[in-house]
Amino acid sequence: MAGDPRLTLQAVHRFGLGLRPGDLQKIGADVRDLFRAEVDRKAMASVSGLPFASTNEAAPALRAFAERERMAREARNVTPADASTPNSMVSSMGGAMAQAAPATTPQQQPGAAPAQAGTPPAAARPQPAEPPLPQRVYREEIRARFHAMLEPLGGYTERLVAFWANHFAVSVNKGNPVRTFAGLLEREAIRPNVYGRFADMLLAVETHPAMIVFLDNQQSLGPNSRAGNRRGRGLNENLAREILELHTLGVAGGYTQADVTALANLITGWTLVAPNAVDGIPGTFRFNPNMHEPGSHQVLGKTYADVGNGFFVVGPTNAEPGFERGKAALMDIARHPSTAQHIARKLTRHFVADEPPASMVARLAKVFRDSDGDLQAVSRAVLDSPEAWGAPSTKMRTPQEFLLAAARALGRKPDVGQILQPLSAMGQQMWQPGGPNGFPDTVTAWASPEGLKTRLDVAAAIARQSAAGIDPQELINNVFGAAASNETRQTILRAESRYQAVAIALMSPEFQRR
Amino acid sequence: MAHDHLVDDCETMTPSRRAVLGAAGALFAWSFVPKMAYAAPGARDPRFVVVILRGAMDGLSAVPPLGDPDYRGLREGIALQKDGPDAALPLDGFFFLHPAMPNLARLYRANQATVVHAVATGYRQRSHFDGQDVLESGQDGPGMTRDGWLNRLLAGLPAGEGISRKGVLGVGIVPPLVVRGNAPVVGWAPPVLPRAGDDLVMRLMDLYGQRDPVLAKAFASGASIEKIVNREGMAGQRARGGPDNAEGMRMIAEGAAKLVNADDGPRVAALAFEGWDTHANEGGTTGVLAGRLRGLDSALEAFEAGLKDRWKDTVVMVVTEFGRTARVNGTVGTDHGTGTVAFLVGGAVRGGRVIADWPGLKLENLHERRDLKPTTDLRAVTKGVLTDLFGVSGPVLAEKVFPGTTGLAPIKGLVA
Repeated sequence: MAGDPRLTLQAVHRFGLGLRPGDLQKIGADVRDLFRAEVDRKAMASVSGLPFASTNEAAPALRAFAERERMAREARNVTPADASTPNSMVSSMGGAMAQAAPATTPQQQPGAAPAQAGTPPAAARPQPAEPPLPQRVYREEIRARFHAMLEPLGGYTERLVAFWANHFAVSVNKGNPVRTFAGLLEREAIRPNVYGRFADMLLAVETHPAMIVFLDNQQSLGPNSRAGNRRGRGLNENLAREILELHTLGVAGGYTQADVTALANLITGWTLVAPNAVDGIPGTFRFNPNMHEPGSHQVLGKTYADVGNGFFVVGPTNAEPGFERGKAALMDIARHPSTAQHIARKLTRHFVADEPPASMVARLAKVFRDSDGDLQAVSRAVLDSPEAWGAPSTKMRTPQEFLLAAARALGRKPDVGQILQPLSAMGQQMWQPGGPNGFPDTVTAWASPEGLKTRLDVAAAIARQSAAGIDPQELINNVFGAAASNETRQTILRAESRYQAVAIALMSPEFQRR
Repeated sequence: MAHDHLVDDCETMTPSRRAVLGAAGALFAWSFVPKMAYAAPGARDPRFVVVILRGAMDGLSAVPPLGDPDYRGLREGIALQKDGPDAALPLDGFFFLHPAMPNLARLYRANQATVVHAVATGYRQRSHFDGQDVLESGQDGPGMTRDGWLNRLLAGLPAGEGISRKGVLGVGIVPPLVVRGNAPVVGWAPPVLPRAGDDLVMRLMDLYGQRDPVLAKAFASGASIEKIVNREGMAGQRARGGPDNAEGMRMIAEGAAKLVNADDGPRVAALAFEGWDTHANEGGTTGVLAGRLRGLDSALEAFEAGLKDRWKDTVVMVVTEFGRTARVNGTVGTDHGTGTVAFLVGGAVRGGRVIADWPGLKLENLHERRDLKPTTDLRAVTKGVLTDLFGVSGPVLAEKVFPGTTGLAPIKGLVA
């Protein structure tokens, strides 16, 4: 290893996943090359060993699971949990409430398998022999994702994947479909586009069943569509609003309620194949022209014309005028200058500082606009920003980043319980943010008093499990190299036990900051 | 039928009274007049705790209207009884209390508990997710979840006011939406993991002090809560059970009460209990719901005990996102409904009353012919409590705390 040790360590924390034993020796003179090479190669970790390769495989399994549950209920002479739930693919909240349990239900000692993670309350449902399908898939997705992130030397790509997954956040608390599809959203919509065009990622996300269900678009009916006329129900603006407010323009991006309503109209019919349909895979995305609102609609000053006869086309294909105009609106919004500004600001805030340097935001926004949202160019521009190099490390690793970095530093491959429990304790369970705005991305949110205290509890638990055989001096060399401050070095070496030394190393400013 | 107890509360909500209130509000130059500002020395230093029951509590079982002739027919196997070994506890002869709640019945008799029946937020769909968002955000509809009404209450208080400076306590690592926002939030949760040892904490404090002032400050600012935690002997405790069982509920209440009771602690808090979604085997005098209600009852006792001398200045408000179907379903449970109950408990409550504009349980009187029809807006209840307890002005309540509720008058006289 060469180069300034402190700059190297800062860069590894700021843009990567954290050092493993021996990694420092593999990093060349200029740490930038490590991350630039990832962008140039479009490096991508392989997430493997999963129950379902795609939504097309998972959706029928979920459908079969829901059917089995329904039959079991009927066999017990039980009516559906909530007859008023409009979409049978959406689980009753009985399930969703239970799934929320891991965030708050105290679990076993660290290291023990969290048998009750997500298990429904015993009193409400009979205990299944194994976790129900959505919970099983969720756990497998988490395990596979976490383990994949142990592999890369640098990990800038993985950091970008996590950034975009949080930008397009869904919460598994919504119910079984989102719980089953959350990992797939990341694998199918985000990973393939992380170095592609923003517009493509946007379209892939907004047409993914996880997002459609999370933001209720399958319930949204054009009031004057055939289905709307028949059922007397109407528009649900949830997805359209969050597209504008969170996914593209940003809350101050210059749109009005009329734009929200118009976009909501344009994406009516973006729904899922019905459970009993024969012309598609139930539970996957489809455009349903019968739900699509006719008439022309204006978004951000641009009119998307009535599609006339297209309205009456019936069939599962998405290449229909009704779908195409919603897509066109989305593509235009993706190109809007406010979107470039919003994305640039969020990227800078994520990688550099809570108060992002204006010069870097402006530069990234310009690259975004000039390249038509080429995320490879934008990601490279992040690395090339002088503001990102040498500025003090004021950010703090999020709980997820911290847990991963700790596993890498100690050469551990945690089982799924050792991932779920600490993330739950620290308040950042996978794909389970409090709302569609995702987990907070500011140091002020995570460096809360209770947050720090809990982080220390997690560090102590990990240290208890790992300390045997760890040489504190070697740990310092592995995870800080020559960049450890004297104070941190002394505090670790003067610890009263190996356990304490490991915990202090994990909680040291050098380890926590990025 | 119009219930007896409603009479004086209805009166307070007549348009003429509302007009008087509005005029009175306009006389004040400040948008906000805390009671303490004009009260005599030694006046109330209020405590306010919001308990959210996640999953939609069945108000018709918690506070069964045994005087309603249609109750028994709707409730069949889970109907509660006036007589017998597990008789429901009498409140006013018409309404009774579930037998799993003896402490609440005792507080009611001591005029320290009020039941509001046939109450609901403005939300009329049946999704827990959105229903809880509306309940906690205090907004008109779902999807506006950036902050909660309790936080906006604090944010609206004058900056020098002790209540706002001490922040709002949100129990849980991720505090409930109702406390989130710009005003300071302090956190506490019964620890899931064993707490790291003091020696380790001291060494890290020392290291942060030398190397990282921001982390040092966060550690230190937690010290005020930590100080109370240690002083009250809460430090060595681990979470026993979660927020969905009786033991966990009691432990959360004990902890929150100690923190809110402390002179140097927060004055306002929110916490959540879970597991109220009783679609199947809800039970009557015993069973799932009875177990949850027993936990809530025990938690209320823990608040009373833990708040000690402050109990007289306390309102604990127990709310849920909506109610459940009036008729029992095919699985001896109830499905998502609308109207339900809210409890106001504490020494500051003008209690011993059931407040209800009772709509009746005849089919034609049910909301969508299935749910208890809501006749009282929960926000009017909350606004009433906040007016009396903190002296919050009508405009602040109607524009900041519960936006768009100018036409919804606070219910008067809830606080003693």
